[in-house]
Amino acid sequence: MTETAGPSDDETGVIEESTELEEGAETLHGCPVTQSHGQTVLHTQADGYQQLVQNLRDDGYGVCVDLCGVDHLGNNTRVLPSSVPSERFEVVVNLLDVQAQRRIRIRVQIPEASPTIASISDIHPGAEAMEREATDMFGVQFEGHPDPTPILLPDGWEGHPLRKDFSMGRIPVQFKAVDGR
Amino acid sequence: MTTLDHLRNRDAVLRMSETEAEERAAVVDPDDERMIINMGPQHPSTHGVLRVTMELQGETVLRSKPVIGYLHTGMEKTAEDLTYLQGPTNVTRMDYASPLFTELTFSLAVEALLEVEIPDRATWIRMLMCELNRMSSHLLFLATNGMDLGAVGMMIYGWREREEVLRFFEKVTGLRMNHNYIRPGGVAADLPDGWRDDIRSILDALPERLEQFDVLMTGQPIWRERTQGIGVITTEEALALGATGPILRSTGYAWDLRRAMPYLAYDQVDFDIVVGTYGDTFDRYAIRLNEIRESMRIVEQCLELMPEGAYRAEDRKVTPPPRARIDESMEALIHHFKIFTEGFKVPPGEIYTAVESPRGELGCYLVSDGGAKPQRMHIRAPSFVNLQTLPHMMHGGLLADAIAVISSIDPIMGEVDR
Repeated sequence: MTETAGPSDDETGVIEESTELEEGAETLHGCPVTQSHGQTVLHTQADGYQQLVQNLRDDGYGVCVDLCGVDHLGNNTRVLPSSVPSERFEVVVNLLDVQAQRRIRIRVQIPEASPTIASISDIHPGAEAMEREATDMFGVQFEGHPDPTPILLPDGWEGHPLRKDFSMGRIPVQFKAVDGR
Repeated sequence: MTTLDHLRNRDAVLRMSETEAEERAAVVDPDDERMIINMGPQHPSTHGVLRVTMELQGETVLRSKPVIGYLHTGMEKTAEDLTYLQGPTNVTRMDYASPLFTELTFSLAVEALLEVEIPDRATWIRMLMCELNRMSSHLLFLATNGMDLGAVGMMIYGWREREEVLRFFEKVTGLRMNHNYIRPGGVAADLPDGWRDDIRSILDALPERLEQFDVLMTGQPIWRERTQGIGVITTEEALALGATGPILRSTGYAWDLRRAMPYLAYDQVDFDIVVGTYGDTFDRYAIRLNEIRESMRIVEQCLELMPEGAYRAEDRKVTPPPRARIDESMEALIHHFKIFTEGFKVPPGEIYTAVESPRGELGCYLVSDGGAKPQRMHIRAPSFVNLQTLPHMMHGGLLADAIAVISSIDPIMGEVDR
């Protein structure tokens, strides 16, 4: 199942995601698998996410190319497998297998009440900066992260800018105090 | 797991907050020979506003940490407030040295969600422009890399050649940089009359200049002394840290998305992947120099194989109608008005597309809720991820070599901070 990014490989002709989801037959490491425009997507909850990444690493997905947060507040068009309850936040991890030249994507559901999941920087050290970015932007905490400091935002910034309820333009720019002024 | 243990045990990353580093720097302990110094964000060799906090022992770098965010302008948030048609104007400002690639990955993502087929000519124009952009980006690297290591003449030469390419871009897109040329559905305009002659003159002049660079830098003992064996990284480390592009290829691993997961029409052109052997600063320099030659080969083939036809999809819900049609057709006028006021709606879904930018894997993760603006648009910036290799490359090296290592990563801060 070689995955290539781009419009050219839409041959599978995914017309409606939902029809496929109802069958719910295919799973990988106990997580439901769906296809999105020819790309393989795994759905999971915060529990077991770290183990899933570890299992996939053992399967050959040795590179964590991307990790980002998504805020689905106000998005009611999302289609998920019935076994995975939808939550406000998602952490989306794109893994790459350079040997077999394939990709896989994990969508982790993160509840708004306790936006905490395990860090995968132990398995993929490259995820470290991306997890820090997700913490900055969405307030998702990564347990066991070796350096949970802000990365793109200044120290002490209040709020998480990429959350949907963080409005643009109304927030005064926060400056840090400078001694002697 | 040995690579992971190695990366962890090496203790190359200074895991410390800004405040903590300042406090540590203020404490003077005569028995402790280590000290924390700060380089940047205002430093000529930090390529913009990169700041590196380094722990030194004498002149040796022990631990370090890139401190970024000085150029963070919330472009991913801005993207959520722009229609898909306006999107490229935003993303093109991320990697300002190779703007067409970010436009490309964004456009590919939108097209995949729309399931729009783009005409062959648009695909080939995109490929031609991207390879020219790879050339201009690598020429800029040669210029700044030379400047950082004291070959100041190289700065002028690199800039001069790059300007030739940018002049062609200006003719095609109207702007030297930040083109907004590659858009969902195709490209903004067809290639202008005489484009073959312009490219021909670039391709004719450049090989001789590249040989001059070889004389000026590649074979020169001082240059080799400053770059060989400096900032070494292994394949396993690079993969574990998520590094792609010339950094990964310098370790001898031939990973190039143009070959491994072809997009556009890269499976129809002939080119070689340039790899290094030692994973050092010299290899990364040599790879980029030779990638210019490979890009020239691809451009040459684009000249030959450029198909005729439309330069953007004829789907009136996505691309505006030709100007002439607006005067004679009410429907064309409505389509034009709709596209530029409301934008076009993209079916719900999510997609990740990736292209090989001059710096590595440039990805776009796009989530649509069915509206005219993205629910979420995330750019996987290669420079952002590649910067994580910096502490590991600098560990145990000299402070003076830190400059060479930073330069060889070729980070573009607009893309790092977004």
